[in-house]
Amino acid sequence: MSTATKSLEIEEAPLITGDQTFAKITEKISSITEAKTPKIWYVAITISSSLLLLMIVMIAYLIWEGIGIWGVNIPVGWGWAIVNFVFWVGIGHAGTLISAILFIFRQKWRTSINRFAEAMTLFAVICALIFPGIHIGRIWVAYWMFPLPNQMLIWPNFRSPLLWDVFAVGTYFTVSLLFWYTGLIPDLATLRDRAKTRARKIIFGIFSIGWRGGNRQWQHYEMAYLLLAGLSTPLVLSVHSVVSTDFATSVIPGWHTTIFPPYFVAGAIFSGFAMVSTLAIITRKVFGLEDFITINHLEKMNKIMLVTGMMVGYAYGCEFFIAWYGGNVYERFAFINRAFGPYAWAYWTMITCNVLVPQIFWSKKLRTSIPVMFIAAIFINIGMWFERFVIVVTSLHRDYLPSSWDYYSPTIFDIGIFVGSFGLFFTLFFLFLRFIPMIAISEVKGILPQADPHRNNNKPDMKKSGV
Amino acid sequence: MKKRERSSQVILAEFDDPSQLLQAAKKIKEAGYKKFDCHSPFPIHGMDYAMGLKRSPLGYIVFIVALFAFSGGVLLEWWTSTVDYPLVISGKPFFSYQAYGPVAFAIMVLFSAFVALLAMLAINKLPRYFHPLFSSRRFEKASDNGFFISIDDSDAKFDIISTKDFLAQIGGKNLEVLTLA
Repeated sequence: MSTATKSLEIEEAPLITGDQTFAKITEKISSITEAKTPKIWYVAITISSSLLLLMIVMIAYLIWEGIGIWGVNIPVGWGWAIVNFVFWVGIGHAGTLISAILFIFRQKWRTSINRFAEAMTLFAVICALIFPGIHIGRIWVAYWMFPLPNQMLIWPNFRSPLLWDVFAVGTYFTVSLLFWYTGLIPDLATLRDRAKTRARKIIFGIFSIGWRGGNRQWQHYEMAYLLLAGLSTPLVLSVHSVVSTDFATSVIPGWHTTIFPPYFVAGAIFSGFAMVSTLAIITRKVFGLEDFITINHLEKMNKIMLVTGMMVGYAYGCEFFIAWYGGNVYERFAFINRAFGPYAWAYWTMITCNVLVPQIFWSKKLRTSIPVMFIAAIFINIGMWFERFVIVVTSLHRDYLPSSWDYYSPTIFDIGIFVGSFGLFFTLFFLFLRFIPMIAISEVKGILPQADPHRNNNKPDMKKSGV
Repeated sequence: MKKRERSSQVILAEFDDPSQLLQAAKKIKEAGYKKFDCHSPFPIHGMDYAMGLKRSPLGYIVFIVALFAFSGGVLLEWWTSTVDYPLVISGKPFFSYQAYGPVAFAIMVLFSAFVALLAMLAINKLPRYFHPLFSSRRFEKASDNGFFISIDDSDAKFDIISTKDFLAQIGGKNLEVLTLA
């Protein structure tokens, strides 16, 4: 390559900073799982597992006593349980977008954040699956949701969006787990090869299944990774679309709208990135990973939040426009009531957090400031929970029949189970940070400049290979 | 006697960086070796071509499984709702194919993902917990910052002395002959 053509190349800022070598990367990331457990970790997991215990106790009481302990009433038959379900499933979507869609678009910056974003997906979906599991009332017949032969000789109704949900979310969890494990195999082999104690040798030996890092293995491995990314890509769009059909196929004003699938997907990615960002900011600080998760990564995530936040804002506006333009009086009432009725406080909290707060990311100065983006991400997390609350509760509390109108408030059990689900999420997340490499070691090495075998201008003869 | 499928003896050579590994792989291919592998902590661009490997067949396998899984999903929905226990729900036809999409799609993705991972492991002959390479201490670097080439004794051209000399000649360092202990 001549110098004349080379000068035309625009150099991108390095994805990983701090003069890295392959050995340094291995050491930095593996040592987090090998070194003595930091004290702060014990403090953190004590808090999170206490909350988890709170949830377990409350769920036990719920199963014993029944869902009457919640604040649900008629007409608000779906309360926090469904709000929390949609909230947690939505959070998972950013992880899948990072691991699948950004992989297919060859966005190499994803390598620093994909491992723990995928872990976040798994844990968020576990939290999500708790809620439909417990809100069915008779939890001992939960297997009726699956097409299994049962005592009534009857099968699930495959026309029901609620059943689609079982398949969509169940598949989502399983595929995310397989994808995550596939990505982990080479890194588990790294931990196996570094293992000093017998227990670590055996455990990582088993889970790395004899990986030898030969190119004959990498060749099929990379294809499998690509296929899993390809299979997960439609899931980013389909899972939350299916979740939205739980609402959209009903006849409730405020739910019965065709904008729901894309609107939910944008909201899911929006909330998910806010959660990834929240976790990344804390994790990079605590474990000193500033060279791997750079300000550049955080800025890119903030840009995605700005875009998806605008999409969500557009959807809010569009719903109102259609409510007026559609000419349906029930629909129009539902939306006016949403913004100015008894739950106006929730509606305007949502608008503030989801539409106004992300606008600060137009400014380069603000979107590269860590305290600013951390606070903004927290606001977005709150706002997105309120979005689901607004959709579920404001649409239900004013029924067609004014005599059945009611106001819904959560009880201590609604709050306890929701707060406890954060305990579950963070307990799993802290265990992950401690025992599994939180950054994809082999993938990060692959994007270093010295990983490119052609960088000394010895371009290979690639004509025949077709790559 | 049937030729042993699993290698019992391997010659291992170390190289400095990805670019050297790539050059060496080309030379080994040109010298006519077939049963060799290039070990690196991450996949190296252009290595498949340098080693003369064909494209992975995994895509075709998963595609076929996906077709079967999708058809299987539709079949399950059709059989349960029209044959085994037909139910009239909202006056819709028993075979409401429009509503059967999401579940059939989910079943397709689920089975395809399992097959993508399991077929990859099967093609790579994994899990395999014993291999001559694991008896080398030096080879532990292959998952850290080491670049290695291994040639195994199932290769027709394999000869401990000449193969070793050849590897040294093309720049291989720290040559080792490994046997399955």
